[in-house]
Amino acid sequence: MSTILSLEAFYVLAGLIVLGVSVAVARDAHHPTRWTSAAFWFLFGLLFLAGKQFGNATAGYLVLAMVALAATNRVRKSDAAETPPEERVASATRLGNWIFLPAILIPVLVIVLYLALEKGGLGAMIGVTKNLTLVALCLATVIALGVALRITGASLISPMQEGSRLLQSVGWALVLPQLLAALGGIFAKAGAGEVVAGLVARGLPTQFPFVAVLAYCLAMAVFTIAMGNAFAAFAVITSGIGIPFIVQMHGGNPAIMAALGMLAGYCGTLCTPMAANFNLVPAMLLDLDDKYAVIKAQLPIAGAVFVFNLLMMWALVYRF
Amino acid sequence: MELLKLAGIVIVALGFALRLNPLLVVVVAGLATGLAGGLSLHRTIELFGEYFVENRYMSLALVLAFPVIGLLERYGLRERAEMLIRSQAHASAGRVILLYQAIREITIACGIPIGGHPGMVRPLVAPMAEGAATAQHGALDDRQRADIRAHAAAAENTGNFFAEDIFIGVGAILLMKGFFDSVQMNVGVWDMALWGFPTAIAALVIGWWRYRALDRRLAAAAQARRPAPTP
Repeated sequence: MSTILSLEAFYVLAGLIVLGVSVAVARDAHHPTRWTSAAFWFLFGLLFLAGKQFGNATAGYLVLAMVALAATNRVRKSDAAETPPEERVASATRLGNWIFLPAILIPVLVIVLYLALEKGGLGAMIGVTKNLTLVALCLATVIALGVALRITGASLISPMQEGSRLLQSVGWALVLPQLLAALGGIFAKAGAGEVVAGLVARGLPTQFPFVAVLAYCLAMAVFTIAMGNAFAAFAVITSGIGIPFIVQMHGGNPAIMAALGMLAGYCGTLCTPMAANFNLVPAMLLDLDDKYAVIKAQLPIAGAVFVFNLLMMWALVYRF
Repeated sequence: MELLKLAGIVIVALGFALRLNPLLVVVVAGLATGLAGGLSLHRTIELFGEYFVENRYMSLALVLAFPVIGLLERYGLRERAEMLIRSQAHASAGRVILLYQAIREITIACGIPIGGHPGMVRPLVAPMAEGAATAQHGALDDRQRADIRAHAAAAENTGNFFAEDIFIGVGAILLMKGFFDSVQMNVGVWDMALWGFPTAIAALVIGWWRYRALDRRLAAAAQARRPAPTP
Protein backbone atom coordinates (compact mmCIF):
# COMPACT_ATOMS: atom_id res chain seq x y z
CA MET A 1 0.00 0.00 0.00
CA SER A 2 2.74 2.40 0.98
CA THR A 3 4.83 1.99 -2.11
CA ILE A 4 4.45 2.76 -5.77
CA LEU A 5 5.49 -0.78 -6.80
CA SER A 6 2.91 -2.74 -4.84
CA LEU A 7 0.41 -4.87 -6.69
CA GLU A 8 -2.26 -2.27 -5.95
CA ALA A 9 -0.42 0.22 -8.20
CA PHE A 10 -0.54 -2.22 -11.11
CA TYR A 11 -4.24 -2.83 -10.45
CA VAL A 12 -4.74 0.91 -10.95
CA LEU A 13 -2.74 0.80 -14.19
CA ALA A 14 -4.72 -2.20 -15.47
CA GLY A 15 -7.95 -0.44 -14.46
CA LEU A 16 -6.94 2.60 -16.48
CA ILE A 17 -6.18 0.40 -19.51
CA VAL A 18 -9.60 -1.25 -19.31
CA LEU A 19 -11.33 2.13 -18.82
CA GLY A 20 -9.43 3.31 -21.91
CA VAL A 21 -10.90 0.36 -23.83
CA SER A 22 -14.33 1.38 -22.59
CA VAL A 23 -13.82 4.91 -23.95
CA ALA A 24 -12.53 3.54 -27.27
CA VAL A 25 -15.64 1.33 -27.60
CA ALA A 26 -17.96 4.23 -26.72
CA ARG A 27 -16.37 6.36 -29.46
CA ASP A 28 -16.62 3.57 -32.05
CA ALA A 29 -19.81 4.45 -33.95
CA HIS A 30 -19.70 1.18 -35.94
CA HIS A 31 -19.46 -1.07 -32.88
CA PRO A 32 -22.25 -3.69 -33.00
CA THR A 33 -23.04 -3.34 -29.29
CA ARG A 34 -21.55 0.07 -28.65
CA TRP A 35 -23.06 1.27 -25.37
CA THR A 36 -23.58 -2.05 -23.60
CA SER A 37 -20.01 -3.19 -24.40
CA ALA A 38 -18.66 0.16 -23.23
CA ALA A 39 -20.66 -0.25 -19.99
CA PHE A 40 -19.26 -3.76 -19.46
CA TRP A 41 -15.64 -2.64 -19.81
CA PHE A 42 -16.36 0.46 -17.73
CA LEU A 43 -17.58 -1.70 -14.83
CA PHE A 44 -14.65 -4.10 -15.16
CA GLY A 45 -12.19 -1.20 -15.26
CA LEU A 46 -13.81 0.33 -12.21
CA LEU A 47 -13.59 -2.94 -10.26
CA PHE A 48 -9.93 -3.24 -11.21
CA LEU A 49 -9.13 0.34 -10.31
CA ALA A 50 -11.01 0.66 -7.05
CA GLY A 51 -12.31 -2.82 -6.17
CA LYS A 52 -11.17 -2.60 -2.57
CA GLN A 53 -12.83 0.80 -2.07
CA PHE A 54 -16.30 -0.40 -3.08
CA GLY A 55 -17.12 -2.76 -0.29
CA ASN A 56 -18.04 -6.36 -1.02
CA ALA A 57 -21.77 -5.91 -1.54
CA THR A 58 -21.41 -3.10 -4.12
CA ALA A 59 -18.68 -5.06 -5.90
CA GLY A 60 -20.96 -8.10 -5.92
CA TYR A 61 -23.87 -6.23 -7.53
CA LEU A 62 -21.51 -4.65 -10.10
CA VAL A 63 -20.30 -8.15 -11.00
CA LEU A 64 -23.92 -9.26 -11.44
CA ALA A 65 -24.54 -6.28 -13.75
CA MET A 66 -21.53 -7.29 -15.88
CA VAL A 67 -22.79 -10.87 -16.06
CA ALA A 68 -26.25 -9.65 -17.11
CA LEU A 69 -24.74 -7.62 -19.98
CA ALA A 70 -22.58 -10.52 -21.18
CA ALA A 71 -25.21 -13.25 -20.76
CA THR A 72 -27.69 -11.37 -22.96
CA ASN A 73 -25.06 -11.20 -25.71
CA ARG A 74 -24.65 -7.44 -25.42
CA VAL A 75 -20.85 -7.54 -25.19
CA ARG A 76 -19.21 -8.18 -28.55
CA LYS A 77 -16.04 -7.20 -30.31
CA SER A 78 -15.52 -4.23 -32.57
CA ASP A 79 -15.89 -4.53 -36.36
CA ALA A 80 -12.80 -2.36 -36.86
CA ALA A 81 -10.44 -3.91 -39.42
CA GLU A 82 -7.06 -5.28 -38.34
CA THR A 83 -3.91 -3.88 -39.92
CA PRO A 84 -3.64 -5.59 -43.33
CA PRO A 85 -1.17 -8.53 -43.45
CA GLU A 86 0.93 -6.92 -46.21
CA GLU A 87 1.63 -3.97 -43.97
CA ARG A 88 2.59 -6.26 -41.09
CA VAL A 89 4.94 -8.28 -43.33
CA ALA A 90 6.49 -5.04 -44.62
CA SER A 91 7.20 -3.78 -41.12
CA ALA A 92 8.46 -7.22 -40.05
CA THR A 93 10.96 -7.06 -42.93
CA ARG A 94 11.91 -3.49 -42.11
CA LEU A 95 12.44 -4.07 -38.37
CA GLY A 96 14.07 -7.49 -38.77
CA ASN A 97 14.76 -9.43 -35.60
CA TRP A 98 14.60 -6.25 -33.48
CA ILE A 99 10.85 -6.86 -33.25
CA PHE A 100 11.66 -9.82 -30.95
CA LEU A 101 13.59 -7.69 -28.47
CA PRO A 102 10.64 -6.45 -26.36
CA ALA A 103 9.01 -9.92 -26.39
CA ILE A 104 12.25 -11.59 -25.25
CA LEU A 105 12.92 -8.76 -22.82
CA ILE A 106 9.82 -9.62 -20.76
CA PRO A 107 11.03 -13.06 -19.53
CA VAL A 108 14.62 -11.84 -19.15
CA LEU A 109 13.52 -8.84 -17.08
CA VAL A 110 11.20 -11.03 -15.03
CA ILE A 111 14.18 -13.15 -13.97
CA VAL A 112 16.42 -10.15 -13.28
CA LEU A 113 13.77 -8.18 -11.42
CA TYR A 114 12.59 -11.19 -9.46
CA LEU A 115 16.12 -11.97 -8.33
CA ALA A 116 16.72 -8.32 -7.45
CA LEU A 117 13.51 -8.07 -5.47
CA GLU A 118 13.77 -11.43 -3.74
CA LYS A 119 17.44 -12.34 -3.36
CA GLY A 120 18.95 -8.87 -3.75
CA GLY A 121 16.83 -7.52 -0.95
CA LEU A 122 15.52 -4.74 -3.17
CA GLY A 123 11.95 -5.77 -2.39
CA ALA A 124 12.44 -5.43 1.36
CA MET A 125 14.20 -2.11 0.82
CA ILE A 126 11.27 -0.53 -1.03
CA GLY A 127 8.65 -2.30 1.06
CA VAL A 128 7.45 -4.90 -1.48
CA THR A 129 7.48 -8.34 0.09
CA LYS A 130 4.48 -10.17 -1.35
CA ASN A 131 3.63 -11.40 -4.86
CA LEU A 132 7.17 -10.70 -6.05
CA THR A 133 6.80 -12.79 -9.23
CA LEU A 134 3.71 -10.87 -10.26
CA VAL A 135 5.27 -7.50 -9.43
CA ALA A 136 8.36 -8.46 -11.48
CA LEU A 137 6.14 -9.51 -14.39
CA CYS A 138 4.13 -6.28 -14.32
CA LEU A 139 7.24 -4.13 -14.13
CA ALA A 140 8.89 -6.10 -16.95
CA THR A 141 5.80 -5.61 -19.13
CA VAL A 142 5.80 -1.85 -18.60
CA ILE A 143 9.52 -1.57 -19.44
CA ALA A 144 9.04 -3.77 -22.52
CA LEU A 145 6.26 -1.46 -23.69
CA GLY A 146 8.67 1.49 -23.54
CA VAL A 147 11.24 -0.45 -25.57
CA ALA A 148 8.59 -1.56 -28.07
CA LEU A 149 7.43 2.03 -28.60
CA ARG A 150 11.03 3.07 -29.24
CA ILE A 151 11.79 0.26 -31.69
CA THR A 152 8.59 0.58 -33.70
CA GLY A 153 8.45 4.37 -33.52
CA ALA A 154 4.71 4.03 -32.90
CA SER A 155 2.69 6.82 -31.32
CA LEU A 156 1.38 6.44 -27.77
CA ILE A 157 -2.16 5.86 -29.01
CA SER A 158 -1.09 2.72 -30.89
CA PRO A 159 -0.63 0.37 -27.90
CA MET A 160 -4.00 1.56 -26.59
CA GLN A 161 -5.73 0.70 -29.89
CA GLU A 162 -3.98 -2.66 -30.28
CA GLY A 163 -4.50 -3.53 -26.62
CA SER A 164 -8.18 -2.74 -27.04
CA ARG A 165 -8.33 -5.05 -30.07
CA LEU A 166 -6.78 -7.96 -28.12
CA LEU A 167 -8.92 -7.32 -25.05
CA GLN A 168 -12.08 -7.34 -27.15
CA SER A 169 -11.01 -10.50 -28.99
CA VAL A 170 -10.95 -12.30 -25.64
CA GLY A 171 -14.12 -10.44 -24.65
CA TRP A 172 -16.22 -11.23 -21.60
CA ALA A 173 -14.33 -14.54 -21.16
CA LEU A 174 -11.60 -12.41 -19.59
CA VAL A 175 -13.57 -12.11 -16.34
CA LEU A 176 -14.50 -15.80 -16.21
CA PRO A 177 -11.41 -16.89 -14.21
CA GLN A 178 -12.16 -14.34 -11.48
CA LEU A 179 -15.80 -15.37 -11.37
CA LEU A 180 -14.85 -19.06 -11.17
CA ALA A 181 -12.45 -18.30 -8.34
CA ALA A 182 -15.40 -16.70 -6.56
CA LEU A 183 -17.49 -19.80 -7.18
CA GLY A 184 -14.67 -21.94 -5.74
CA GLY A 185 -14.68 -19.76 -2.65
CA ILE A 186 -18.43 -20.16 -2.26
CA PHE A 187 -18.15 -23.96 -2.72
CA ALA A 188 -15.59 -24.01 0.07
CA LYS A 189 -17.69 -21.77 2.36
CA ALA A 190 -20.75 -23.98 1.88
CA GLY A 191 -18.73 -27.13 2.62
CA ALA A 192 -19.19 -28.88 -0.74
CA GLY A 193 -15.72 -30.45 -0.54
CA GLU A 194 -16.40 -32.41 2.64
CA VAL A 195 -19.50 -33.91 1.01
CA VAL A 196 -17.50 -35.12 -2.02
CA ALA A 197 -14.73 -36.56 0.16
CA GLY A 198 -17.32 -38.33 2.31
CA LEU A 199 -19.04 -39.87 -0.71
CA VAL A 200 -15.79 -41.22 -2.16
CA ALA A 201 -14.59 -42.53 1.19
CA ARG A 202 -17.86 -44.38 1.85
CA GLY A 203 -18.31 -45.68 -1.70
CA LEU A 204 -14.97 -47.46 -2.23
CA PRO A 205 -13.28 -50.48 -0.57
CA THR A 206 -10.34 -48.45 0.73
CA GLN A 207 -9.07 -51.36 2.83
CA PHE A 208 -6.97 -52.35 -0.22
CA PRO A 209 -3.81 -50.17 -0.48
CA PHE A 210 -4.19 -49.72 -4.24
CA VAL A 211 -7.82 -48.67 -3.91
CA ALA A 212 -6.81 -46.03 -1.36
CA VAL A 213 -4.30 -44.60 -3.86
CA LEU A 214 -6.81 -44.80 -6.70
CA ALA A 215 -9.54 -43.13 -4.62
CA TYR A 216 -7.19 -40.31 -3.58
CA CYS A 217 -5.92 -39.61 -7.12
CA LEU A 218 -9.38 -39.87 -8.66
CA ALA A 219 -10.93 -37.63 -6.03
CA MET A 220 -8.18 -35.04 -6.57
CA ALA A 221 -8.79 -35.06 -10.33
CA VAL A 222 -12.60 -35.11 -10.15
CA PHE A 223 -12.81 -32.45 -7.48
CA THR A 224 -10.38 -30.27 -9.44
CA ILE A 225 -12.54 -30.71 -12.53
CA ALA A 226 -15.56 -29.54 -10.52
CA MET A 227 -13.78 -26.63 -8.82
CA GLY A 228 -11.30 -25.71 -11.56
CA ASN A 229 -8.53 -25.48 -9.03
CA ALA A 230 -6.27 -28.22 -7.62
CA PHE A 231 -5.26 -26.05 -4.66
CA ALA A 232 -8.88 -25.89 -3.49
CA ALA A 233 -9.16 -29.66 -3.84
CA PHE A 234 -5.94 -30.45 -1.98
CA ALA A 235 -6.85 -29.65 1.62
CA VAL A 236 -10.31 -31.22 1.39
CA ILE A 237 -9.31 -34.43 -0.37
CA THR A 238 -6.08 -34.92 1.56
CA SER A 239 -7.75 -34.56 4.94
CA GLY A 240 -10.83 -36.51 3.82
CA ILE A 241 -9.17 -39.41 1.96
CA GLY A 242 -5.37 -39.14 1.82
CA ILE A 243 -4.45 -38.93 5.49
CA PRO A 244 -7.05 -41.36 6.91
CA PHE A 245 -6.63 -44.09 4.29
CA ILE A 246 -3.16 -43.82 2.70
CA VAL A 247 -1.16 -42.53 5.68
CA GLN A 248 -3.01 -43.79 8.75
CA MET A 249 -4.61 -47.03 7.51
CA HIS A 250 -1.81 -48.24 5.21
CA GLY A 251 1.27 -46.36 6.47
CA GLY A 252 2.02 -44.46 3.26
CA ASN A 253 4.59 -41.67 2.95
CA PRO A 254 2.79 -38.31 3.21
CA ALA A 255 5.38 -36.36 1.15
CA ILE A 256 5.03 -38.71 -1.84
CA MET A 257 1.26 -38.79 -1.46
CA ALA A 258 0.99 -34.99 -1.40
CA ALA A 259 3.41 -34.33 -4.27
CA LEU A 260 1.84 -36.85 -6.64
CA GLY A 261 -1.69 -36.11 -5.42
CA MET A 262 -1.32 -32.47 -6.40
CA LEU A 263 -0.11 -33.58 -9.86
CA ALA A 264 -3.19 -35.82 -10.17
CA GLY A 265 -5.20 -32.67 -9.50
CA TYR A 266 -3.38 -30.87 -12.31
CA CYS A 267 -4.51 -33.63 -14.70
CA GLY A 268 -8.02 -32.55 -13.77
CA THR A 269 -7.14 -28.91 -14.43
CA LEU A 270 -6.20 -29.83 -18.01
CA CYS A 271 -9.69 -31.28 -18.60
CA THR A 272 -12.03 -28.67 -17.21
CA PRO A 273 -13.64 -25.50 -18.57
CA MET A 274 -13.77 -24.40 -14.92
CA ALA A 275 -10.03 -23.64 -15.21
CA ALA A 276 -10.93 -20.94 -17.69
CA ASN A 277 -7.70 -18.98 -17.44
CA PHE A 278 -5.71 -22.01 -18.62
CA ASN A 279 -8.19 -23.56 -21.02
CA LEU A 280 -10.89 -21.20 -22.34
CA VAL A 281 -9.18 -17.79 -22.36
CA PRO A 282 -6.25 -19.15 -24.44
CA ALA A 283 -8.73 -20.59 -26.97
CA MET A 284 -10.23 -17.11 -27.37
CA LEU A 285 -6.77 -15.55 -27.41
CA LEU A 286 -5.69 -17.85 -30.25
CA ASP A 287 -8.86 -17.07 -32.28
CA LEU A 288 -10.08 -20.68 -32.11
CA ASP A 289 -13.74 -21.14 -33.11
CA ASP A 290 -14.11 -24.10 -30.76
CA LYS A 291 -13.79 -22.82 -27.19
CA TYR A 292 -13.02 -26.38 -26.06
CA ALA A 293 -10.21 -26.99 -28.60
CA VAL A 294 -7.44 -26.58 -26.02
CA ILE A 295 -9.16 -29.00 -23.62
CA LYS A 296 -9.61 -31.53 -26.44
CA ALA A 297 -5.88 -31.34 -27.26
CA GLN A 298 -5.09 -31.82 -23.57
CA LEU A 299 -7.40 -34.77 -22.84
CA PRO A 300 -5.01 -37.52 -24.08
CA ILE A 301 -2.09 -35.82 -22.31
CA ALA A 302 -4.03 -35.55 -19.06
CA GLY A 303 -5.19 -39.18 -19.28
CA ALA A 304 -1.72 -40.56 -19.93
CA VAL A 305 -0.04 -38.44 -17.24
CA PHE A 306 -2.77 -39.42 -14.77
CA VAL A 307 -2.22 -43.15 -15.31
CA PHE A 308 1.57 -42.80 -15.03
CA ASN A 309 1.27 -40.64 -11.94
CA LEU A 310 -1.20 -43.06 -10.30
CA LEU A 311 1.12 -46.02 -10.89
CA MET A 312 4.07 -44.03 -9.56
CA MET A 313 2.19 -43.26 -6.37
CA TRP A 314 1.19 -46.88 -5.94
CA ALA A 315 4.77 -48.03 -6.53
CA LEU A 316 6.40 -45.45 -4.24
CA VAL A 317 4.05 -44.31 -1.49
CA TYR A 318 4.12 -47.56 0.54
CA ARG A 319 7.83 -48.23 -0.08
CA PHE A 320 9.66 -45.16 1.22
CA MET B 1 -29.65 -32.46 3.02
CA GLU B 2 -25.88 -32.53 2.65
CA LEU B 3 -26.16 -33.50 -1.01
CA LEU B 4 -27.91 -30.21 -1.87
CA LYS B 5 -24.53 -28.53 -1.39
CA LEU B 6 -23.40 -30.28 -4.57
CA ALA B 7 -26.20 -28.65 -6.61
CA GLY B 8 -23.71 -26.04 -7.81
CA ILE B 9 -21.44 -28.70 -9.29
CA VAL B 10 -24.38 -30.26 -11.15
CA ILE B 11 -25.48 -26.85 -12.45
CA VAL B 12 -21.97 -26.11 -13.71
CA ALA B 13 -21.66 -29.50 -15.42
CA LEU B 14 -25.08 -29.17 -17.07
CA GLY B 15 -24.57 -25.53 -18.01
CA PHE B 16 -21.21 -26.14 -19.65
CA ALA B 17 -22.53 -29.26 -21.41
CA LEU B 18 -25.49 -27.31 -22.81
CA ARG B 19 -23.08 -24.53 -23.78
CA LEU B 20 -25.03 -21.83 -21.97
CA ASN B 21 -23.20 -18.58 -21.27
CA PRO B 22 -20.50 -19.63 -18.74
CA LEU B 23 -20.72 -16.38 -16.75
CA LEU B 24 -24.43 -16.94 -16.17
CA VAL B 25 -23.89 -20.62 -15.31
CA VAL B 26 -21.25 -19.73 -12.72
CA VAL B 27 -23.40 -17.07 -11.06
CA VAL B 28 -26.44 -19.36 -10.86
CA ALA B 29 -24.29 -22.21 -9.49
CA GLY B 30 -22.79 -19.89 -6.89
CA LEU B 31 -26.16 -18.57 -5.76
CA ALA B 32 -27.59 -22.11 -5.54
CA THR B 33 -24.60 -23.38 -3.55
CA GLY B 34 -24.70 -20.41 -1.20
CA LEU B 35 -28.41 -20.85 -0.50
CA ALA B 36 -28.01 -24.63 -0.04
CA GLY B 37 -25.15 -23.98 2.39
CA GLY B 38 -27.37 -21.74 4.51
CA LEU B 39 -26.09 -18.34 3.32
CA SER B 40 -28.52 -15.53 2.46
CA LEU B 41 -28.84 -14.24 -1.11
CA HIS B 42 -27.30 -10.91 -0.18
CA ARG B 43 -24.42 -12.62 1.65
CA THR B 44 -23.71 -14.84 -1.39
CA ILE B 45 -23.60 -11.79 -3.70
CA GLU B 46 -21.28 -10.15 -1.20
CA LEU B 47 -18.99 -13.19 -1.41
CA PHE B 48 -19.00 -12.92 -5.22
CA GLY B 49 -17.85 -9.31 -4.90
CA GLU B 50 -15.22 -10.12 -2.29
CA TYR B 51 -13.63 -13.03 -4.17
CA PHE B 52 -13.90 -11.29 -7.56
CA VAL B 53 -11.90 -8.33 -6.28
CA GLU B 54 -9.49 -10.54 -4.32
CA ASN B 55 -8.68 -12.53 -7.47
CA ARG B 56 -7.97 -9.55 -9.74
CA TYR B 57 -4.40 -10.82 -9.99
CA MET B 58 -5.67 -13.56 -12.33
CA SER B 59 -6.44 -11.03 -15.07
CA LEU B 60 -3.69 -8.55 -14.21
CA ALA B 61 -0.83 -9.98 -16.27
CA LEU B 62 -3.15 -10.48 -19.24
CA VAL B 63 -4.48 -6.92 -19.24
CA LEU B 64 -1.01 -5.40 -18.86
CA ALA B 65 0.41 -7.63 -21.63
CA PHE B 66 -2.27 -6.68 -24.18
CA PRO B 67 -0.92 -3.22 -25.17
CA VAL B 68 2.67 -4.35 -25.68
CA ILE B 69 1.85 -7.66 -27.40
CA GLY B 70 -0.83 -5.95 -29.54
CA LEU B 71 1.64 -3.26 -30.58
CA LEU B 72 4.31 -5.82 -31.53
CA GLU B 73 1.74 -7.81 -33.51
CA ARG B 74 0.71 -4.65 -35.35
CA TYR B 75 4.35 -4.29 -36.42
CA GLY B 76 4.68 -7.87 -37.62
CA LEU B 77 5.88 -9.94 -34.62
CA ARG B 78 3.95 -13.03 -35.66
CA GLU B 79 4.97 -12.67 -39.31
CA ARG B 80 8.64 -12.30 -38.32
CA ALA B 81 8.43 -15.42 -36.13
CA GLU B 82 7.03 -17.35 -39.11
CA MET B 83 9.78 -16.03 -41.43
CA LEU B 84 12.48 -16.99 -38.95
CA ILE B 85 11.34 -20.57 -38.54
CA ARG B 86 10.97 -21.19 -42.29
CA SER B 87 14.74 -21.00 -42.70
CA GLN B 88 15.16 -23.94 -40.27
CA ALA B 89 15.21 -27.09 -42.41
CA HIS B 90 14.45 -29.57 -39.63
CA ALA B 91 11.70 -27.64 -37.91
CA SER B 92 8.19 -29.08 -37.76
CA ALA B 93 5.13 -27.88 -35.87
CA GLY B 94 5.41 -30.74 -33.38
CA ARG B 95 9.14 -30.19 -32.78
CA VAL B 96 8.66 -26.46 -32.19
CA ILE B 97 5.90 -27.19 -29.67
CA LEU B 98 7.88 -29.96 -27.94
CA LEU B 99 10.94 -27.70 -27.68
CA TYR B 100 8.78 -25.02 -26.10
CA GLN B 101 7.38 -27.46 -23.55
CA ALA B 102 10.91 -28.65 -22.70
CA ILE B 103 12.12 -25.06 -22.18
CA ARG B 104 9.01 -24.30 -20.13
CA GLU B 105 9.58 -27.35 -17.90
CA ILE B 106 13.29 -26.68 -17.34
CA THR B 107 12.84 -22.98 -16.53
CA ILE B 108 9.83 -23.41 -14.26
CA ALA B 109 11.57 -26.26 -12.42
CA CYS B 110 14.31 -23.72 -11.59
CA GLY B 111 11.64 -21.32 -10.38
CA ILE B 112 11.83 -19.04 -13.43
CA PRO B 113 8.32 -17.97 -14.40
CA ILE B 114 8.61 -17.26 -18.13
CA GLY B 115 6.03 -18.12 -20.74
CA GLY B 116 2.29 -17.71 -20.72
CA HIS B 117 -0.44 -17.70 -23.33
CA PRO B 118 -0.46 -13.96 -24.11
CA GLY B 119 3.30 -13.42 -23.84
CA MET B 120 4.74 -16.50 -25.56
CA VAL B 121 2.15 -18.80 -27.13
CA ARG B 122 0.10 -16.34 -29.17
CA PRO B 123 2.90 -14.06 -30.44
CA LEU B 124 5.76 -16.58 -30.81
CA VAL B 125 5.17 -20.31 -30.33
CA ALA B 126 1.97 -20.68 -32.37
CA PRO B 127 3.23 -18.59 -35.35
CA MET B 128 6.55 -20.50 -35.33
CA ALA B 129 4.78 -23.85 -35.28
CA GLU B 130 2.44 -22.73 -38.08
CA GLY B 131 5.41 -21.36 -40.03
CA ALA B 132 7.30 -24.64 -39.69
CA ALA B 133 4.27 -26.61 -40.87
CA THR B 134 3.77 -24.27 -43.84
CA ALA B 135 7.42 -24.61 -44.84
CA GLN B 136 7.11 -28.41 -44.69
CA HIS B 137 3.69 -29.02 -46.17
CA GLY B 138 2.55 -25.86 -47.98
CA ALA B 139 -0.46 -23.72 -47.10
CA LEU B 140 -2.55 -24.83 -44.10
CA ASP B 141 -6.33 -24.74 -43.86
CA ASP B 142 -8.17 -23.25 -40.87
CA ARG B 143 -8.71 -26.60 -39.18
CA GLN B 144 -5.01 -27.42 -39.29
CA ARG B 145 -4.09 -23.99 -37.93
CA ALA B 146 -6.56 -24.49 -35.06
CA ASP B 147 -5.09 -27.97 -34.40
CA ILE B 148 -1.55 -26.54 -34.18
CA ARG B 149 -2.59 -23.61 -31.99
CA ALA B 150 -4.54 -25.79 -29.56
CA HIS B 151 -1.49 -28.03 -29.11
CA ALA B 152 0.78 -25.00 -28.58
CA ALA B 153 -1.56 -23.88 -25.79
CA ALA B 154 -1.59 -27.43 -24.39
CA ALA B 155 2.24 -27.47 -24.28
CA GLU B 156 2.22 -24.27 -22.26
CA ASN B 157 -0.17 -25.74 -19.67
CA THR B 158 1.43 -29.19 -19.56
CA GLY B 159 4.96 -27.80 -19.17
CA ASN B 160 3.86 -25.30 -16.58
CA PHE B 161 1.83 -27.68 -14.40
CA PHE B 162 3.95 -30.81 -14.20
CA ALA B 163 7.39 -29.26 -13.69
CA GLU B 164 6.33 -26.42 -11.41
CA ASP B 165 6.29 -28.40 -8.18
CA ILE B 166 9.96 -29.37 -8.46
CA PHE B 167 10.83 -25.87 -7.28
CA ILE B 168 10.32 -25.57 -3.53
CA GLY B 169 9.51 -21.86 -3.56
CA VAL B 170 6.40 -22.41 -5.61
CA GLY B 171 2.86 -21.88 -4.33
CA ALA B 172 1.82 -25.53 -4.48
CA ILE B 173 4.68 -26.78 -2.29
CA LEU B 174 4.14 -23.98 0.23
CA LEU B 175 0.43 -24.74 0.27
CA MET B 176 1.05 -28.43 0.96
CA LYS B 177 3.59 -27.53 3.66
CA GLY B 178 1.07 -25.15 5.24
CA PHE B 179 -1.60 -27.84 5.17
CA PHE B 180 0.61 -30.45 6.87
CA ASP B 181 1.69 -27.89 9.47
CA SER B 182 -1.96 -27.16 10.20
CA VAL B 183 -2.67 -30.84 10.93
CA GLN B 184 0.56 -31.18 12.96
CA MET B 185 2.40 -33.39 10.50
CA ASN B 186 6.07 -32.73 9.82
CA VAL B 187 6.69 -33.13 6.07
CA GLY B 188 9.76 -31.56 4.43
CA VAL B 189 9.47 -29.35 1.35
CA TRP B 190 12.43 -31.05 -0.36
CA ASP B 191 10.77 -34.47 0.04
CA MET B 192 7.67 -33.24 -1.77
CA ALA B 193 9.65 -31.49 -4.53
CA LEU B 194 11.85 -34.55 -5.19
CA TRP B 195 8.97 -36.90 -5.95
CA GLY B 196 7.61 -34.66 -8.68
CA PHE B 197 10.54 -35.49 -10.99
CA PRO B 198 9.33 -38.71 -12.68
CA THR B 199 5.97 -37.18 -13.60
CA ALA B 200 7.66 -34.08 -15.06
CA ILE B 201 9.73 -36.32 -17.34
CA ALA B 202 6.71 -38.47 -18.21
CA ALA B 203 4.77 -35.34 -19.19
CA LEU B 204 7.54 -34.45 -21.64
CA VAL B 205 7.55 -37.95 -23.16
CA ILE B 206 3.77 -37.89 -23.45
CA GLY B 207 4.02 -34.45 -25.07
CA TRP B 208 6.50 -35.86 -27.60
CA TRP B 209 3.97 -38.60 -28.46
CA ARG B 210 1.08 -36.15 -28.93
CA TYR B 211 3.06 -33.58 -30.95
CA ARG B 212 4.46 -36.32 -33.18
CA ALA B 213 0.86 -37.40 -33.82
CA LEU B 214 0.11 -33.78 -34.78
CA ASP B 215 3.02 -33.79 -37.26
CA ARG B 216 1.77 -37.06 -38.74
CA ARG B 217 -1.75 -35.67 -39.18
CA LEU B 218 -0.34 -32.65 -40.99
CA ALA B 219 1.87 -34.83 -43.21
CA ALA B 220 -1.01 -37.18 -44.05
CA ALA B 221 -3.24 -34.25 -45.04
CA ALA B 222 -0.48 -32.84 -47.26
CA GLN B 223 -0.02 -36.28 -48.85
CA ALA B 224 -3.74 -36.49 -49.59
CA ARG B 225 -3.74 -33.04 -51.19
CA ARG B 226 -1.03 -33.94 -53.69
CA PRO B 227 -2.35 -35.16 -57.04
CA ALA B 228 -2.02 -38.89 -57.56
CA PRO B 229 1.06 -39.78 -59.63
CA THR B 230 0.26 -40.66 -63.22
CA PRO B 231 1.70 -43.94 -64.46
